[in-house]
Amino acid sequence: MARIGVFICHCGENISATVDVAKVAEKAGKLSGVAFSVDYKYMCSDPGQTLIIEAIKEHKLTGIVVAACSPRMHEGTFRKAAEKAGINPYFCEMANIREHVSWVHPKSDATTQKALDIVRTMVAKVKKNAALFPIKVPVTKTALVIGGGIAGIQAALDIANAGHQVIMVEKKPSIGGHMSQLSETFPTLDCSQCIMTPRMVEVAQHPNITLHTYAEVESVSGFVGNFDVKIKMKAKSVDYKKCTGCGACWQKCPSKKIPDEFNEGMGFRTAIYSPFPQAVPNKPVIDRPNCTYFTKGGKCGLCKKVCPADAINYDAVDEFIDVKVGAIITATGFDLKHADFFPEYGYGKFKDVIDGMQFERLASASGPTAGEIRRPSDGKVPEKIVFVACAGSRDKAKGIEYCSKICCMYTAKHAMLYKHKNHEGKAYVFYMDIRAAGKDYDEFVRRAIEEDEVQYIRGRVSRIYEKNGKLIVKGVDTLMNGEPVDIEADMVVLATAVVANIEAESLAQKLHISYNKHKFFAEAHPKLKPVETNTAGIMLAGACQSAKDIPESVSQASASASKAIGLFSSNELTREPIVAVVNRQAPPNFTSCTGCLLCQEVCPYHAIETEDIKDRGGNLIKRAARVNAGLCQGCGTCVAMCRNKSIDLQGFSNDQMLSEVMALLNA
Amino acid sequence: MHESTHHHAETFKSKVEEAIGVTVSHCYQCGKCTAGCPLNEEMDIMPNQLLRILQAEMPGYEEKILSSLSIWLCLACDTCYSRCPQEVLLSKVMDYLRQESLRQNKVNPKAKDILSFHKAFLNSVKMNGKLHEVGLTIDYKLRSLNLMQDVMLAPSMAAKGKLAIFPHQVQNTKEIAKIFKKITDSEGGKQ
Amino acid sequence: MRIGYYPGCSLEGSSKEYNDSLFAVAEKCGVTLEVIKDWSCCGASAAHNLNHDLALALPARTLALAEKQGLEDIVVPCAACYSRIAGTKNEISNNIAVKAKIEGYIDLKLTADVKILTVFEFLQKYIFPTVDQHIVNKLNQKAACYYGCLYTRPKEIAAVEQIENPMEMDEVMAKAGATPIDWAFKTECCGAGLSVSRTDIVAKLSGKIIEDAADRGAESIVVACPMCHMNLDMRRPEIKKQLKKDINIPVLFITQALGLSMGIPADKLGLNKHYVPTDKVVNCIVKMEA
Repeated sequence: MARIGVFICHCGENISATVDVAKVAEKAGKLSGVAFSVDYKYMCSDPGQTLIIEAIKEHKLTGIVVAACSPRMHEGTFRKAAEKAGINPYFCEMANIREHVSWVHPKSDATTQKALDIVRTMVAKVKKNAALFPIKVPVTKTALVIGGGIAGIQAALDIANAGHQVIMVEKKPSIGGHMSQLSETFPTLDCSQCIMTPRMVEVAQHPNITLHTYAEVESVSGFVGNFDVKIKMKAKSVDYKKCTGCGACWQKCPSKKIPDEFNEGMGFRTAIYSPFPQAVPNKPVIDRPNCTYFTKGGKCGLCKKVCPADAINYDAVDEFIDVKVGAIITATGFDLKHADFFPEYGYGKFKDVIDGMQFERLASASGPTAGEIRRPSDGKVPEKIVFVACAGSRDKAKGIEYCSKICCMYTAKHAMLYKHKNHEGKAYVFYMDIRAAGKDYDEFVRRAIEEDEVQYIRGRVSRIYEKNGKLIVKGVDTLMNGEPVDIEADMVVLATAVVANIEAESLAQKLHISYNKHKFFAEAHPKLKPVETNTAGIMLAGACQSAKDIPESVSQASASASKAIGLFSSNELTREPIVAVVNRQAPPNFTSCTGCLLCQEVCPYHAIETEDIKDRGGNLIKRAARVNAGLCQGCGTCVAMCRNKSIDLQGFSNDQMLSEVMALLNA
Repeated sequence: MHESTHHHAETFKSKVEEAIGVTVSHCYQCGKCTAGCPLNEEMDIMPNQLLRILQAEMPGYEEKILSSLSIWLCLACDTCYSRCPQEVLLSKVMDYLRQESLRQNKVNPKAKDILSFHKAFLNSVKMNGKLHEVGLTIDYKLRSLNLMQDVMLAPSMAAKGKLAIFPHQVQNTKEIAKIFKKITDSEGGKQ
Repeated sequence: MRIGYYPGCSLEGSSKEYNDSLFAVAEKCGVTLEVIKDWSCCGASAAHNLNHDLALALPARTLALAEKQGLEDIVVPCAACYSRIAGTKNEISNNIAVKAKIEGYIDLKLTADVKILTVFEFLQKYIFPTVDQHIVNKLNQKAACYYGCLYTRPKEIAAVEQIENPMEMDEVMAKAGATPIDWAFKTECCGAGLSVSRTDIVAKLSGKIIEDAADRGAESIVVACPMCHMNLDMRRPEIKKQLKKDINIPVLFITQALGLSMGIPADKLGLNKHYVPTDKVVNCIVKMEA
């Protein structure tokens, strides 16, 4: 005979201001099977939990219903209390009378009645509950880091230094990401490559890190602690075991006019190439669509001839490897908005209208101009340069309403770098707001304005057109009564919007993680779980989540590494037993499952296996479905599909659900 | 359902917003409209500032806007709207402000000629159903008293066959006059 | 397909040559235009400046008449008329209440589903399929195609694909054997409706347009709007005063330019009706070899 306890929480005034909690407690006490009912100001507080524990003991309760907030908030708290009092924690249910009642309805009798109705359904359910026991699964103590930019590098090093194995996958021929392209970094103006390359080398040399460059994640299955990942190793056409990185091949390659991605199209590279001198690994790949050997049916072949190590392999094919990992960190970074996005600014049309990343390459010692700021059209040093902030960001009409966050700072840096190299030159920045909230950031911007005499003009540019070798910038100074400001500039730098990596969406779908409408990956909670995703065991690092600068990316990378390290700190994981099970019956049936395996087809997690039931002689009696509890996510799709109710979801069984519905109908 | 607890008193701003379905708070004062306005050098109140004045609702703002020259200079070229990051339909705001300025008799004295031309134009259409350019010119000259303006053009235009001395008319001019009358009646007779 | 035609007031008066050249080109290609019976003025900028309902009612009447006449496509060669009519169609189709109100004013019912074509859309759709066999001349000149505001904005009714750098007229000019130039003032405003009341402003705005075309070596400016034509051609004395220099680039209607390439005589195209002499344009023309 069930003896249920009901505990109504006031949640301060969150619930009691709209729900008559005393009345709910009183009426709940009269429900069939309820042995005890009480209301209290804060059930989740220590005294509140003590009250529950004492009541369970004193009234010999077999199950409890706590009517309070969402189970996402405190189900764990109350289940622990139940366990302390000596009953199975899964005999504790929560009735959500805060989010579902008091927060969404005004104070009224109907509201109180709704609270009581919800309590009644949960009382009906808990009477049908069964004891459940957590599921233990093993943990593979290897992390997969997707992306080899600064975020991925930081996360990989942190995990590897903690003694765990790391597999890093980078789609480009070298790790380093955007940070390796930067000239100097705000707010200290230290050289980006100088601080970056030691980290890149450390990754390559770390005994715990396996680096796969020119590789992509092909597919992911499994679950936290036990992911199975297929990695596509794109054909490099170069045998890295033999290659010494001597460079003879790319010096001799005759296809020399391929736009250089690393220099943002402002220079050329060869078809066999290593993207930049400090690349890690510093070994080349053949860009097949641009290679004469591959496009002209075997003509050329020069690189093979000149290679002293006989490392060129034109017959290499894409290969796939399968790895098992326990945690995944996505660090796939961002892209800048390109091309036809700014017809009014002539971006893509006028050579001297460039974006921020192109300016980085112009200002970088390793860039196409060896660090001299020269404009792309004719190589002249610009005497007047205009920077346009918010070029595409905070622009609802162009579909990007968010702030790209890093532009205010890098624009100040760009203007400063220009002024440091060209003391006589004039630098203008058109801006709407200056967002410089980081440590030493505002001071940095002030320095650009006060010491380097960068002219900041508050207003947006309407249009840029080219005339007689000058770029006419039509702007406005909104701090001067909307005075039109026309500048004849030699070069214009647009701080174009930070957007998600072009492949973010397809990767998110492979990983089963969510993303927002701009394809940035979604964190599990905007405040309290900013590095986790909704899929256990998959963490976020860097700009794949939202626009971030270097310090933020590094901080988040370390945070996600600590989550992985935490996961690896024990040999097995405990999972909630909310999983599907196929029923068991006495022989000769063994189970009512007929083995139609419709459930297998619909299961989104590939969690349904088959089980051969045999007699003692080893003869097959029947083939039935079996749930892999490690893979099952408890979605219940199989339950809905099963034709003869042979499969059921623990904790949310058909019987429990029906009781809830009947309790509502029989009010 | 909850009853909204916000009860806005009707203000000039709310009237503008309601009449044309624009929310002036959408404007974040970037000034792109002003930067691209072909008439920004002529205007007494810049386009972004007109919106700012509407946003701020300081005492006397309605008068300030309705008596501005800018609203009459605006050519409705829509450069502002076509580049506005917040998609504020500024040209529609301008249309409304002009009509309101006229209705409330607040037209800036410097906009007198512009208004005379528009009125003469509509008058010609009202009488003929089509614009009669000669009639329009005479009407405009009488309204604006710019009697000598473009006098030198007339003989050459006539010689080039560009001037129709008599108006082209729709079959039944009363039909057009009726449309004008219906609209003015529905607006309380003021035009 | 019956093609409707809405000339608009200017094409019956100050821009008669636009009308004549359009008909000459259509006739040459065997295309017939059916004038909308008893059409009335669109209200132009005056109506939307002074009275919003009137600005909708006047074009709505014409739309209703076109429907009554059973026309599916109507060609509107004037940019201002195009803007007013397309804008009205847009507003009426998106707002049932407005539609009902306007139907009350004009005592006519309308569905507003006629297709409204600009002159360059008309040329591409109905003239291009057969034009090649009629083209006998190469215009052989650098032409600056000027679109102005009303074909390119607002974006809801823009008649061009790229509003900041439209190419539709450029394509027509290329067909006529001219070299369309890339220039900066394709879509800047000429001053439009202030032509009479604030000629000073028009001289300033149109002056910038002419100057940029000249700076980039244009030998002709090509327009598809009577108002633009008037401001760029007839207002040239004021523009010269404003610019303090003599720029004598002629301004052609796009139909005149195409007509010249088809060998239609200049006077039939009304080239003699312009203020800025057009002989230089005509002199550039070379006969195509058979």
